[in-house]
Amino acid sequence: MSILVDKDTRLLVQGITGGEGSFHTRRCVEYGTKVVAGVTPGKGGADLDGIPVFNTVERAVAETGANASIIFVPAPFAADSILEAADAGIPLIACITEGIPTLDMVVVSRHLKQIDVRLIGPNCPGLLSAGECKVGIMSGDIFLEGNVGVVSRSGTLTYEAVSQLTELGIGQSTCVGLGGDPIVGTVFVDALELFEKDPQTEAVVLIGEIGGIQEQRAAEFIKNNMSKPVVAFIAGASAPPGRRMGHAGAIITGSSGRAQDKIAALEDAGAIISASPAEIGTTMRKVLASNR
Amino acid sequence: MKVHEYQAKQLLAEYGVPVPRGRVARSAAEARKVASDLGGRVMVKAQVHAGGRGKAGGIKVVSSPEEAEKAAGGMIGSRLVTHQTSPDGVPVNAVLVEEAIEIERELYLGIVIDGVVGMPVVMVSEAGGMDIEEVARTSPERILRTHIDPGVGVHPYRARGMAFDLNLEQGQRRAATEAITNLYKLFQDKDCSLVEINPLVVTADGRVLAADAKLNLDDNASFRQKDIQELCDTSQEDPLEVEAKSKGIENYIKLDGSVGCLVNGAGLAMAVLDLLKQEGGNAANFLDIGTLNDPDRVVQAIEIVNADPDVKAILINIFGGMARTDVIAQGIVAASKQMNIKVPIVVRLAGTNVDEGDRILKESGLDLIRAYSFKEAAGKAVKAAQKSS
Repeated sequence: MSILVDKDTRLLVQGITGGEGSFHTRRCVEYGTKVVAGVTPGKGGADLDGIPVFNTVERAVAETGANASIIFVPAPFAADSILEAADAGIPLIACITEGIPTLDMVVVSRHLKQIDVRLIGPNCPGLLSAGECKVGIMSGDIFLEGNVGVVSRSGTLTYEAVSQLTELGIGQSTCVGLGGDPIVGTVFVDALELFEKDPQTEAVVLIGEIGGIQEQRAAEFIKNNMSKPVVAFIAGASAPPGRRMGHAGAIITGSSGRAQDKIAALEDAGAIISASPAEIGTTMRKVLASNR
Repeated sequence: MKVHEYQAKQLLAEYGVPVPRGRVARSAAEARKVASDLGGRVMVKAQVHAGGRGKAGGIKVVSSPEEAEKAAGGMIGSRLVTHQTSPDGVPVNAVLVEEAIEIERELYLGIVIDGVVGMPVVMVSEAGGMDIEEVARTSPERILRTHIDPGVGVHPYRARGMAFDLNLEQGQRRAATEAITNLYKLFQDKDCSLVEINPLVVTADGRVLAADAKLNLDDNASFRQKDIQELCDTSQEDPLEVEAKSKGIENYIKLDGSVGCLVNGAGLAMAVLDLLKQEGGNAANFLDIGTLNDPDRVVQAIEIVNADPDVKAILINIFGGMARTDVIAQGIVAASKQMNIKVPIVVRLAGTNVDEGDRILKESGLDLIRAYSFKEAAGKAVKAAQKSS
């Protein structure tokens, strides 16, 4: 078991014929993901290494039974691609695209609330269930099958955490990258809820950062609903206020966005804080040892 | 992106949000002319991208065109230091000269995106004219929030309800209702991430006016807001940040330490700053190189970091996902051929195509300090910076 994606996931790639789209489609296939279709408007009938390309998502779903989508479409058109996938009935959509205008995401987020669709991202690395399925851009070889769930607002910092775990022989169940934008489809609480229910997941690594209040919400959930241990790291303790640190969502405005407030909330909820980004793996090792 | 107060007020006026009469002036003589056109008492306001102007001497009330000329002359060409700027301050290249208004009440009106709900939220408060963050902390009940469904927009009843919340009289209520409706339209049309009118004033003669205006634009929407991009004033930013932007590196922020950083991904870049601090050092900058797989971009990023005189060592920490470490390695090799890098470089590569990346660096024969873990990289960079400074 794992969460959200597994061996039965049938993946569709939107923007499959673009540079990043084709590169990462091949990487997903190498990892073992069943990539069943691609969509690029105007390129219907073509194929990428035998994966059929369609003009519309609706057509691709009808022909191939795709049940998840990953989006590599450029930012000006990406919101439209999310809506297209959602309206075609795809229940799980991971949007990798960075730089989507926030007001486009306002419209998308309102629409998705009315239908039963889970969006991961945008501006995220996607998700991966170790040894089963990769719907993302992370380097597959740093993962190891196991029992630790990983959820993060950051892409590359997630790779860092995963590689620390793997080097210590601690495997992962599923790793979910939520994305760094102000409006994202899936937040910490959603992922924690799924990990709590997943029998394979024994403990969770949560990687947050400055800005917003999602870490505080996660803390509330951990306090009231989590039986599994959570190891947390919050990036940006040394960031100056008022500056956007790359991610549009990573800006300290007001007190709730500061790293120390997030750390305090998580600590109070019983999460184990990794003070250093280099000690996420060793902190988890200690937690697992005392739990067994 | 931020715009100046006078630019924000022009946009407000265009959208039917009333603002005080006034004009921008770029010289003392021009300020005198505007003041004499306006007649009577006027305010001279330094146009900078920073708050706290009043306390820093950037806002003056004067009663004649001659005094306006003198006040403007003192501001234009100088640098204004406020609690929000660096100790060097920001240059004042223009002033806004506008009618001095008799204020009866100071209110607050702002619109931002609420990421948690996924909708814009209009905020109004009777506690205008003060630091709204402070109000939010000490008496949050004094800020009234209304979320706006993008498909529906601000209907008159909504705006009217907010006007009632502000305890306005009938005539002012109508003016405020219109101001709120029009401000939302501006927010939406121009892809704003924040519009803030603090204070929205009721004048002694009963008018409702935007006495100050702050407007931030969503950088992600710049591709479809070309006319707004022209309002950009790079003189208000750090020169190294402007240089970085002109090279296509959007995510560069100058900091005050000595380790120049080049990292892929915002979260990892932030974690590098944190780790450097824990290892006893400090970052000279935040730089997220992003995911564009082009060695030239790596060269340009190194050029930016290398151009900073504060940098005593460079730390390149790349964990490849979308970014490929072999491309980064090619960039490092190209950069060291193209420019004179006098400070030590610590390189740590991991992830996508790392074997190829390592091979390229090894075969280049470059004198690099290699590191293979995150902590090792930060520790070596701090030591190298201490040694060479």
